[in-house]
Amino acid sequence: MLESTHLTKSFGKMKALDGVSVRMNAGQAISLVGPNGSGKTTFLKCLLGLVIPDSGDIVLNGAHILGGWDYRRHIGYMPQIGRYPDNMRVGQVFDMVKEIRRGAFEHLDDDLMRAFEVEKFAHKTMRTLSGGTRQKVSACLAFLFDPAVLILDEPTAGLDPVSSEILKEKVLSEKAKGKLILVTSHILSDLDELTTDVMYIIEGKLQFYQPIEQLKARTGEEKLNRALAQVMKQNAAA
Amino acid sequence: MKTTETTFDEPKIPGHPRRIDTFAVTHSQGEPEPGDAIAETAQFQPYTVPERIQRDHDLHDRQPAAVHRPPAFAEASAGKPSTVHRNSMLRIVKYVLYDILQNRIVIGYTLFLLAVSLGLFNLSDDPTKGLVSLLNIALIVTPLVSIVFATIHFYNSYEFIELLAAQPIRRSVIVWSQFFGLALALTLAVLIGIGVPVAIYAPNATGLSLLVAAVGLSVVFVSVALLASVATRDKAKGIGVALLLWFYFALLYDALVLFLMFAFADYPLEKAMLAFVSLNPIDLARVVVLLQMDISALMGYTGALFREFLGTGWGIAFATAVLLLWASVPMLLAVRIFRRKDL
Repeated sequence: MLESTHLTKSFGKMKALDGVSVRMNAGQAISLVGPNGSGKTTFLKCLLGLVIPDSGDIVLNGAHILGGWDYRRHIGYMPQIGRYPDNMRVGQVFDMVKEIRRGAFEHLDDDLMRAFEVEKFAHKTMRTLSGGTRQKVSACLAFLFDPAVLILDEPTAGLDPVSSEILKEKVLSEKAKGKLILVTSHILSDLDELTTDVMYIIEGKLQFYQPIEQLKARTGEEKLNRALAQVMKQNAAA
Repeated sequence: MKTTETTFDEPKIPGHPRRIDTFAVTHSQGEPEPGDAIAETAQFQPYTVPERIQRDHDLHDRQPAAVHRPPAFAEASAGKPSTVHRNSMLRIVKYVLYDILQNRIVIGYTLFLLAVSLGLFNLSDDPTKGLVSLLNIALIVTPLVSIVFATIHFYNSYEFIELLAAQPIRRSVIVWSQFFGLALALTLAVLIGIGVPVAIYAPNATGLSLLVAAVGLSVVFVSVALLASVATRDKAKGIGVALLLWFYFALLYDALVLFLMFAFADYPLEKAMLAFVSLNPIDLARVVVLLQMDISALMGYTGALFREFLGTGWGIAFATAVLLLWASVPMLLAVRIFRRKDL
């Protein structure tokens, strides 16, 4: 469904992505794991066309998407730090995005908007919102157009426990519908619950990409965090 | 499952595709069926594969067969084109305009122009004198406000632009809608601030040419401002570049031309002067308006040449074309840069 080949991107001398080739299918929920600055966000931004890779190719549903734009209707994106026009009210932001995407979606999925009770703060301007509330707006926008691919960059960071559970439930139900979901997080227990596969990136290089179950079996660990810790130790030794 | 195990223990070669190959086998059950809802609704715009990427794919052919080959582009792009882009420019311009009108600077600018224009026309009984003074103010102020306001607005809209860039919209639509929003708002300010007083006190060809020049310069400098802000990532630097550009066009350029004239006073420079004037939109606007005022005799032999060329209908058409070039070329460059910019 979504495939990148030899994706490479440098920012100055730093290589943010170094020949990343992966193939992702519908129904998979993939964790992107790696230290800070390892290129996870750059990889996600390349998929969205926010960052233009130096070389390599990305194919979605059989079409090359680099330089394209219409394919973004199939992607819901929740950025790490949601930044919105300060003067706009929450309701206006939703209206605007809906208006811009008019004709580009089948139906609206406002489950999250209802679960987060967006109406209660719809009249507030974006400037006055707390970080967590902004995250809620980002989450609602990502799921609103029922996209086939969901890209969630640190989705639970800054959310209170209740909202975090709501979001996780939503991710699981979308996964059950057979969507492709990409999640980065430093909260490994969340990823353990949500995802089927794990992709480990260090300094822009893909270290491994395999089903979580396999990783656990290989390392003989029950939890994702311990399994990853062991892999990292092995890597350091090698 | 054995395949992935092997892959992991192998020495890691960066970007070696075999790792995916084996993975694709273990995961092939997740592949969407041909009749899948996603596959049906998918409508992609045609996109020619750059040579570089084509080469990468050729490399792939030498690898084991499991690498997925995208179908030929004609197949992938079959179906009716998207309806999103048709109206998206207008929809976005609406929000850009809404945002500009909310922050009141443009309203202040309008009132300032209005006050200056009315004041200058009321200073003397002769509206032509008012026009000359207004011309000098307009040629300095409208480019300055346009370039600084457009630059600041672009940087302040960065969040908005980021939000739009993740939506199914062309990058070019994002920059063009910023341009149209800014150009419309500033044109409106000039039409009210200068247009209304001119219509009251000097409703003639000279007044009209002054108004057209002020509007033209506003649009030109929005275009230059967007080029400067797209090319520089840092806000302070961007505003600095914008101010320098204004300084260059409004003041420095004339000094340079005077210096050249002085240095090459022994040579016939009249024709060269025409070229020099065209290379600075502010000078071009000034000359065209002055020619309408019948005081070009004061400009000597060069003035006579200007009159001969720029005073005619063809000259006006030429000046308009040059101003249009000044408005479009920086914007086209800005769009080019923005399409490859990392957000």
